[in-house]
Order: sequence, then C-alpha cells, then structure tokens
Amino acid sequence: MRVALQVTCLNDALFPDTGKAVVTLLRRLGVEVEFPEGQTCCGQPMVNTGYLDEAVPAVRSFVDAFESYDAVVTPSGSCAGSARHQQRIVAKRAGDTRLQERVASLEPRVFELSEFLVDVLGVTDVGASFPHTVTYHPTCHSLRALGVGDRPRRLLEAVHGLTLVDLPGADQCCGFGGTFAVKNADTSIAMGSDKVRHVRETGAEVLVAGDNSCLMHLSGLLTRQRAGVRTMHLAEVLAMT
Amino acid sequence: MTATFVGMPAFPEAARTALADTQLRHNLAHATTTIRDKRARVVAEVADWEDLRVAGAAIKDATLADLEHHLVQLEAAITAAGGTVHWARDAAEANRIVADIAKAHDADEVVKVKSMVTQEIGLNEALAAEGIAAWETDLAELIVQLGDDLPSHILVPAIHRNRAEIRQIFREHMAAAGRPAPDDLTDDPAELAGAARLHLREKFLRAKVAVSGANFAVAETGTLVVVESEGNGRMCLTLPEVLVSVVGIEKVLPTWQDLDVFLRLLPRSSTGERMNPYTSMWTGVTPGDGPQEIHVVLLDNGRTNALADEVGRQALRCIRCSACLNVCPVYERVGGHAYGSVYPGPIGAILNPLLHGVGSDPQTDSLPYASSLCGACFEVCPVRIDIPEVLVDLRAQVVDAHRGDRRPKAESLAMKATGAAFGSARRLALGEKVAGLAGRMLNRESRPPGGSAWTGARDLPVPARESFRSWWKRTQR
Amino acid sequence: MSAREEILRRVREATAGVEAPTRPALADSGPVSVDLFADRVADYRAVVERCTTDQLPERVAAAVEGRVVVPAGLGVEVADAIDDDQLTAAELDRIDTVVTEARVGIAETGTIVLDHGPGQGRRALTLVPDRHVCIVRADQVVADVQDALALLDHARPLTWISGPSATSDIELDRVEGVHGPRNLHVLLVED
Repeated sequence: MRVALQVTCLNDALFPDTGKAVVTLLRRLGVEVEFPEGQTCCGQPMVNTGYLDEAVPAVRSFVDAFESYDAVVTPSGSCAGSARHQQRIVAKRAGDTRLQERVASLEPRVFELSEFLVDVLGVTDVGASFPHTVTYHPTCHSLRALGVGDRPRRLLEAVHGLTLVDLPGADQCCGFGGTFAVKNADTSIAMGSDKVRHVRETGAEVLVAGDNSCLMHLSGLLTRQRAGVRTMHLAEVLAMT
Repeated sequence: MTATFVGMPAFPEAARTALADTQLRHNLAHATTTIRDKRARVVAEVADWEDLRVAGAAIKDATLADLEHHLVQLEAAITAAGGTVHWARDAAEANRIVADIAKAHDADEVVKVKSMVTQEIGLNEALAAEGIAAWETDLAELIVQLGDDLPSHILVPAIHRNRAEIRQIFREHMAAAGRPAPDDLTDDPAELAGAARLHLREKFLRAKVAVSGANFAVAETGTLVVVESEGNGRMCLTLPEVLVSVVGIEKVLPTWQDLDVFLRLLPRSSTGERMNPYTSMWTGVTPGDGPQEIHVVLLDNGRTNALADEVGRQALRCIRCSACLNVCPVYERVGGHAYGSVYPGPIGAILNPLLHGVGSDPQTDSLPYASSLCGACFEVCPVRIDIPEVLVDLRAQVVDAHRGDRRPKAESLAMKATGAAFGSARRLALGEKVAGLAGRMLNRESRPPGGSAWTGARDLPVPARESFRSWWKRTQR
Repeated sequence: MSAREEILRRVREATAGVEAPTRPALADSGPVSVDLFADRVADYRAVVERCTTDQLPERVAAAVEGRVVVPAGLGVEVADAIDDDQLTAAELDRIDTVVTEARVGIAETGTIVLDHGPGQGRRALTLVPDRHVCIVRADQVVADVQDALALLDHARPLTWISGPSATSDIELDRVEGVHGPRNLHVLLVED
C-alpha cells in the first residue's frame, strides 16, 4: 500500500512538527509514508470564504499530487472534510468533468489521521507514552463532517501514562471557523473564550485536538491569558515514546 | 409596534454590540442550554429518528419538486370545503388582502396566533396604518409587542428577556393595551403567565377577526394545521367569526398521512416535548363550530427565488422548529437581533439571502458569513437541511455578485493571490515567506482602534524556522 | 397577470427539471400499550385515573369542580351539569369544568384527539372552561401518530391535546396553564 502524507498548508508553514510527528508515528507502525512534493493546499480557505474559482488551482494540485496513492493521510479533520466533501463542488463549478471524476475517485482514499490509524491500520495502541494530564477537544469537522466518533479518544486512552480528562461542552465549536475568526472576530473570540474557560476548568496540562487551525486559535487565547496550558496536536502526542 | 429591523448594521457590527450585553448573554446561555438538553432527551427516545429525518426531507423535496400541482390541489380542496383562497406575490399584497377582510367586517382589531410569516410581511404595522390593532396572543409575542421590542428567536421570540424584565414590561405596558397587570405581580413565571391569561381573555372573547399562519397545509384535503402550546391559538382559531390564515407556499404537504412524519419530528425538535400541548386542524368551514368565514392567503414573497436556487431550495423544507438556533454557538452568544430579521440563527443566515437575493444589501450579504461552519445545525435539523452547505454556496454567490465591483476588496485580492500560489508547489515554496503568508491570512482584516482582528485577544503563532517541505527535502530525500 | 398565475408560473419555472426523490418507507408502529398512554399523559402533569365503566359516574363526579357543562351525547350522567346549547364564549367563560369523551388516544405521545363529534362538543366547549375532564376508553388508544391519522376524519375539526395548556416562553421554563384549560383530568376506562 502506497501511503501519502497531506501535511496541509497550515502545518507546512506554521506547525511542521505535526507533520514530522505523523512521519515518526506511521514509520513506527511500519508504514513507509511518502510526502508528494507537488502538494499545496486542499482549497478550503478559498471555498469557505466563497472564492470557488480561486480554489480550482489548489484542487488540481491536490489531485495531481495524491491520485496515484492508495491512501492519503492528513493530520486535519478539516482538510480531510474539504477533500471529501468540497473539492467536488469546486470541480463541478469549474465545468471540468475529468477533474470531477478524478476528485470522486480520490475522495474515499483520503483519511484523517485517527481514521487511518483505527480503520485502515486497525490499531488503537500505537505504542506511545505521554505521562501527562490531557483533555481533548473534538474539532467540529472531525466530529460532524467526518464522523470520526470516539477514535481519537480511544487512541489517547491507549497512550501509556496519559490521563484523559473530560472537557465540558466538548462538542461545542471553538470559534475558529477559518476566515470566520477574522470576519467575525468578536464572536469568534467569545466562543474561544468559553472553550478556553472549560479547558482551564479541567485542570489538564495539555489540550489536544486533531486540527492545528483550531489549536492555533485556542493557543492564541491561552497564551494571551498566560493560562499555563499547552496545546498539542493528536499526532504529536501519539508520536511520543 | 415601532421597533424595526430596517437599517440594521451588518452582522459583525451587530454581533459586537450584542456581545457587550452581559445580561443578554446570560439569558441566552441559560435558555439555549435548557432547550438543548430537553431536545436531546426526547430525540434519544425515538429509535427510528434518523429514518424520520430522511423521510421528512424526502417528503418536502418531493412536494417542492411538484409544487404547482400541490398548490392547485390545495386551493381546490379549501374552496370545496367552503374556504376562500387568495394569492399574494409579496408582503404588500398579502397585507392588503388581510386588511380588506378586516375592514369588510368593520373590525378595528384582530387577534393573532403566533406566526412567523405575518412577522415576515410586517402585517401588524400594515394593519396599524389602516387603523386596525393587531394583538399578539402568544406569551412571548405579547412580551415583545408590549415592550416595543423585536423578536429574537423563532419559537421563543422573547428568549432574550428574563423573568424580571418581563415583569417590568407587564407592569409598565399592559394597562395601555387593555387589562392592566395585577399590582402585586411577582416575577414567578406561573404568575406572569396568569397575568397574560387575564389580559388576553377579554380580547379573545370580543374579537371578530383572527389572523393565523399554518404549520402545514394538506393539499389533498384542504386541511390547515396549527401547532402550539398555550391555547391562544385555539382561542383565535375557534372563537372569532372570521379567520384569515397567511400561509407560505412551501407549507403544503401532499397527503393527510404525511402529517405523521412532521407531527413526530416537530415537537421533539422544537420544544423538546413528545407532543406539543395543542394541535388544531381544520378543513374549511364547519357549520356551528368555529369561524364561519375562512380565508387562506397563499404567499410567495421570495419563496420562488429560493425554490429556483439549486443548492438553497432545501431551505424551503424548514418547519420553523428552531432547533438550529438552540444548538448554534454563534446564536447562543449574539442572540437573534444581530441577524436583522425575524428569521435569526443558522436558518435565518440562509433563508434571508435566499428570499431577498444577494449582492445589493451589505446586511444580507454578511449573513452567510455569520457561521463558523461547525455543522451543529445540520446535525439537529429534523428535515436535514445541510445549512453549512448552503452557507458556503451563498458565500460564493456573494463573492460572485461582487466580482464586477470597481474597487475589489482587499480580501478578494488576497484570495486571488493565495489561490494562484496554491496552483503549484514550486510557486508556493518560493513565495512561502512563512511569516508573510501567515500574516496575510490572519491579519488581513484590521479594524480600529489599532490591532488586527486576530490579535485583539489572541497571540499569533511563532512562525516555524523551517517549513515542513524544506525539512523533508533536507532530511528525507 | 394575476398573482395566482404569476406565482404558479414562477413555481413552474423554478422546478423545471427537478426530480422528486422517492420516499423511504417507515416502520409500522409497535404494539399498543395502554400503560404507556397513561404514563405519557401523566408526564405532562395531567391527572390520569384508571377506572371501570361502573366506576365512571362517581369518578366524574369527583373530578368536576364548580359549574359544569356537558356536550350533547355524553355517555355518562353528570349531576347538575349544564347542557351546551350554543352558549356564548362569555357564558362559557363563567363555567369551571367541561366533561367530554374523545375520539382517539395516542400512547407514544400521550395525546388525546377530539373530533368534536357526539359526546365531545364543539371546539369552544373544551377550550374556555379551566378544567377539562376527558373520558378515554382503553380500546380507543392506538400506538402512534400514524395509527391515529388513519382513524381520523380530516373533514371534521380536530383538536390534539397533550396535557394541559403550557408555555416555556419565560426562560424556557415550562409552566402549565395559560389560555387553554389549566387542568386536564383524564379518566381512562377499561373493563
């Protein structure tokens, strides 16, 4: 099975450690993951802001980069959701039937990290060790667009030494929402502040999620508040030994 | 009522004002949490809930696909049962029809069943201009009307008010509208409801004309259905001599048995009950029982615009349960007024642009962006309206409507540049001056006084010294 | 062009080429449970009493308060009751209790449906007085909404009653009793 890493544009530029963690983790599990260097972005930032034409180049480059692989793994529920549900809209709008077919063929091969680990590799204990108290925020696109369910929790519960504490109001959105975070900054911050309050109530040392976009927003609030709570991507926790 | 949504600012600005109101945020958080929990409990009881949702969506879609046929059939059935059917292209036509009926009976007042559609068309204001008082009889609508306020929720229009505020409104304003509130009125909800009962009873007993909407209109039988809780609906539908029902054309259901799915979906989604206290069904005129003159006004008012929208037409499935409002994290924090419409929340964010069209009004154009696309609304919608999907499609419509603008927005230029950069990894890598790109993405929209929209309350991430792709090239190739 | 013609034209244009989806079949409702009906009615904070036909007159007598009105065709004698002879709304407003029968009971939702036939009276009768004593026979109880719809005649006015009048308009706290009868007393008759 040829497996590709879709690192995501955000992780590429701002959170490369998450990409490195996926590589470490998958290699430990015997998967020789490749990084197709032609990859750029799934197109979501443009699509969710209403710029469908502007998303066409990204969708083309996505399909070009990944269509020869058996599985595409991405450490982002949001980008996996975009690839599985939004790229077809962009391709349809572009009026390019060949692109539509290629997108449709690739869709079922795109996996969010926890889906790939649990469903494709069939593991929940990835041999990680992380002796810390952790709370988990199930990001909206993982939870609702993809339906990853309790897969991330099962993975975390199997990490040696890790104590997982419940996050109150876990299924509520953190308020990031892509360009929502700047277009409706006040509402976004109000939502994020409530999420951060719940995180602090748990007493956890580390807030874990499967999307660095949400974590970037929450971490921005936590550090501004000097809350002393770290944020970590799920991949980084699972890569720890 | 003089309060109006006309001239409301765009959503971000209205939201900022609402967020500053701590009492409002407290009232909303309490109310939405309560109703969310109630809904979740009664929905969990129904083993085939997902099948019901699929059936609800399919029945509505099938009806809309053949709407002309069902409307003609509905008209014939109502007429055969002794009712009169009117058609109204827009709010002005509908208001004119209702006013003319009231005047034909020399009525200087009408009693009203809570109805979204009559709020949508501004019926009360139109009747007032003709010298006809329209009395709202639903408790929450009464609170809004007496307080010269605006509704902020589909089901509970006074959700933004707490009991102490309601007591004060009753004490100060009931006397001017009829029977005053008791002197010793406390803020106990049962006492407040009792005061409304006494205040409205005299109006029910003397009114000659009533105005309602309808939750459902059955095409094959001509039956109208009103779902309610308090009994004010039954009062209006039963006691006056004349009943006028204003019904959006999307309310039609083909068959009698179709009511099954919707009577099971609506109460659990709406009030979180297995069934609402009262549902009234009537088919034309029944001699010796209830109004002896029945009118039905079938209203378009933008619905055919929505119907013509390939992605957006699913919004016409809406049965106005308000479950999407109750779970929406944006609604919970800013309330309904920020949406600038009688239809607030996630459904309002799609329905208003679909009814009115985008590209001409900044307030309407701001609504599709009033969402983090978290998807909680779709998850609870009893008729499976994929609100996030419609929001994204409407955003594209807003962008497209402004593509020809003489001065493109900074956002549009940034999106073009970013979109082009994402066309090739080589170009992206070249242009990937990390801090620069991130800064552009996050700090694009600055707002006074100083500081960007991002950094007002949030720190920016420290840019990585080496991008992932550079690291891969350097170490893994 | 008339409003009617124009709206129908716009509808026709908007739906040209739109395909109607097929409707999924739903499961039939399960077996009827009179116990469930009694529990679900009581859940709305209505009073539910179970009795036999023989016990009914005394149970009715115990359930009524003040001035009582009854519809034509009621199958039980109520002492000192006023017969509804097209009383005005104002006259009804001075009456405390109404006693009626029902057309069907729905177990799943705890709902009673009146079709305002003999023994049930016109709609105003069960609306204006503050106390409604409603007699439901166990053999009138069906499992769920679809079974009730199958029995009901759409040509008649229908009132579906699930507990006493209620509102949640103040802070979404449920309060029983606004405009409709604030007291619903159900006598469930089984022999």
